[in-house]
Amino acid sequence: MTEPHGAVAEHAEHSPYLRHHFDDMHQQFDAATLGMWVFLLTEIMFFGGMFGAYTVYRSLYPGAFASTSLHMNPAFGAANTAVLIVSSLTMALAVRSARLGSQKALQIFLVLTMVFGIAFLVIKGFEYHEHWVDNKVPLFQQEWHHWDYSNDAEHPNQAQFAKQAQILFCFYFFMTGFHALHMLVGVGIMTTILLMARRGVFSKDYFTPVEISGLYWHFVDIVWIFLFPLLYLIGNARKLI
Amino acid sequence: MTFATYYIAQIDLGQWNIVIALLIAFFKMSLVIFFFMNLKAESALTKLFAAGGFFWMILLLGQFFVDYISRDWMPRGRMW
Amino acid sequence: MSTALEQPRVVEAPNYLNNEYGWKSWLLTKDHKRIAVLYIISITVMFFIGGIFASLIRLELLTPEGDLVNSDTYNKFFTMHGIVMVFFFLIPSIPATLGNFFLPMQIGAKDLAFPRINLLSWYIYIAGAAFALAAIVLGGVDTGWTFYTPFSSTYSNTFVITAAVGVFIAGFSSILTGLNFIVTVHKMRAPGMTWGRLPLFVWANYATSLIQVLGTPVVAITLALVGLERAFHIGIFDPAIGGDPILFQHMFWFYSHPAVYIMILPGMGVISELVTCFSRKSVFGYPFVAASSLGIAIIGFLVWGHHMFVTGMSMYASLYFSLLTMLVAVPSAIKVFNWTATMFRGSISYETPMLYAFGFIGLFTIGGLTGLFLATLGVDVHVTDTYFVVAHFHYVMVGGMVLAYMGGMHFWWPKMTGRLYPEGWGRFAALLVFVGFNLTFFPQFITGYLGQPRRYHAYAPEFQVLNVMSTAGASVLAVGYIIPLIYFLWSLKYGPKAGNNPWGAKGLEWETTSPPPTFNFEQTPIVTEDAYAYGSPHENVHEGGLK
Repeated sequence: MTEPHGAVAEHAEHSPYLRHHFDDMHQQFDAATLGMWVFLLTEIMFFGGMFGAYTVYRSLYPGAFASTSLHMNPAFGAANTAVLIVSSLTMALAVRSARLGSQKALQIFLVLTMVFGIAFLVIKGFEYHEHWVDNKVPLFQQEWHHWDYSNDAEHPNQAQFAKQAQILFCFYFFMTGFHALHMLVGVGIMTTILLMARRGVFSKDYFTPVEISGLYWHFVDIVWIFLFPLLYLIGNARKLI
Repeated sequence: MTFATYYIAQIDLGQWNIVIALLIAFFKMSLVIFFFMNLKAESALTKLFAAGGFFWMILLLGQFFVDYISRDWMPRGRMW
Repeated sequence: MSTALEQPRVVEAPNYLNNEYGWKSWLLTKDHKRIAVLYIISITVMFFIGGIFASLIRLELLTPEGDLVNSDTYNKFFTMHGIVMVFFFLIPSIPATLGNFFLPMQIGAKDLAFPRINLLSWYIYIAGAAFALAAIVLGGVDTGWTFYTPFSSTYSNTFVITAAVGVFIAGFSSILTGLNFIVTVHKMRAPGMTWGRLPLFVWANYATSLIQVLGTPVVAITLALVGLERAFHIGIFDPAIGGDPILFQHMFWFYSHPAVYIMILPGMGVISELVTCFSRKSVFGYPFVAASSLGIAIIGFLVWGHHMFVTGMSMYASLYFSLLTMLVAVPSAIKVFNWTATMFRGSISYETPMLYAFGFIGLFTIGGLTGLFLATLGVDVHVTDTYFVVAHFHYVMVGGMVLAYMGGMHFWWPKMTGRLYPEGWGRFAALLVFVGFNLTFFPQFITGYLGQPRRYHAYAPEFQVLNVMSTAGASVLAVGYIIPLIYFLWSLKYGPKAGNNPWGAKGLEWETTSPPPTFNFEQTPIVTEDAYAYGSPHENVHEGGLK
């Protein structure tokens, strides 16, 4: 029969998590991390495309965009930013715990990360709700064209202005929506990792899934770090408090 | 560190300058990448891929703007 | 009595095909070779579906009037032909089939870095194909494979979202394959397999993977935006509501131009393998050929505006893109020069794969040169949206890519299946493909230059003769494709058994059995020589046929 590689007797010596097409755990870990970075590269381009389109429209319609940002609630945005950064911190601590083999610390930090992640989604939910109540959701509500922009800015053509603003709001919802979707997936991934941690899968020698999930989580945080100023902070002379 | 950056962001909310906001964002992102994501400790290859990703996004944006910026350089009907 | 003299049953050596049986062992496999076979079957099916639409197009174009079908239906024909061929045949073709099978073997690895993701990528492809087929069955899409807005986002009455979802999903299959290849090449090379010793097929697939990973997400988000715009009636790309349809084109072509390099680069990698083997000579200028793959990948991202010269993009941007498009021809030309130089003073034999390689070099050169005509702003204004463009891209995609795919399939068929295909039929089919192809597409250069527009079901009567020639050529081409399908299937059961290395080729994949064992090599190979170490051609003269 085909002897895959090496003697059968060596089989018992390596980690049960070593996949047989790899030579050793180090190669497997290296490959997994590089793989995740390459995947994040695709995510950069995915969000990048949206950022690109958003930037183009922002440059074309600066007035409309500036005025609509006044309708964003920066308090929610700032709160979300803080929440996410803290969750990144707890995630980094979780990965550190995994490297050190501290099971309890790992689980605690994973749970904390999930809590903050869910907090983010809840705050986002409040935000969307507020927009819905104010009739600012362009996708489902047909009263959009009735919204009066005359208070926001000087513009000769209110109908055009309204339409330009509508485009911004669409981008706001799409960009934050896709981001929130990634957050949701992230929370799902964390749940899986937590369950694996509870089963005692991870140790000093094998913590690859924690590491690469951490990378994903941090990336989603970074996307938000850029979304926040671009969507919330473009306006004239505005105060948070 | 987290609170420091958040505080700085709060102060700057008085400004309208997008550039400052983006600079802060870049700074925050660099912190996350180098420390939380441990890019500092990774191989040169990984750093290359990470940098490449951002560079490629800049390439996308930049080339879009080759068109949009130069549209006004010739007299033509204005986009509304 | 008779039992004593019975012949002992010959037990076939264990290999990846016979180590497990049953549909579960195929559908849940992690073996890159089995996944490659799954892909071969799937993309062949999609190829013939795309071919059916091509036949319908050519049938309609036999007569100048639009008499076979009405224009809406014709629009659906060329749209479905384009979508199926581009996204479900050309983009996955060589990487997912020959690349999946041979990239790990050529670097001496046991499998790709992420075998389960490899299988997932096939399932994702099937899901995407299901959506595309659903779009066809439900009634088709008529926007053109380019989905230009605002027609696709606002005004079309066809199943745009279904098709767009199919393409979106298939894009992830492409991304995952590319990701897998990149990590594999970086992390899983055998001892002694340095970057400078990698077969050029690996370099080509690596460069392709970079493009897949960097470009595909952008088309994903673009199609997602179109779908959202269509579903929710908002105006991101609709000029009536302040949107910019040119932005769609920028975003779409940001991917779709590099996409054509996804299609051709692996083909070029195959040609490097074929030319070296059948000239019994090491490739001329290995570093240049390797670097040119990367060069094409990178510069390919800087040229997409040449699809948009007449759309309303700024003239200065057009200048920028035109210049850079001239630049991207350079690495391709380097490859053609190097292949030719490889053949110089080589010991050339004319087996089927080499016939396809010759075809590739000639036809790709023609296609590439006509690309330069199109890159020239002034000429492009005249010939854009005519059959000149259609002929150009079919020369590179069919005359180039499909011929490379066929050449690669013939070259590696003995290794994959352990059987030899019938060489006589192989050469005959190659000839049919070459003749049929040229008869189909060369007249289109002429009609296009004379003004026949593309995507029209009717044309001016003076073009009829050339169009009839084109359709006749398409029939010959179709036969040229069907014959290999038949003899390949035939060879699985009745073809003579192939040895480990029927071509006497260099490369790690030829040092293991045909078909290979599940883990590719009995022992991890240790590489000591450069790629294509054929030595002096006169040492390695073989009888000009299969051993």
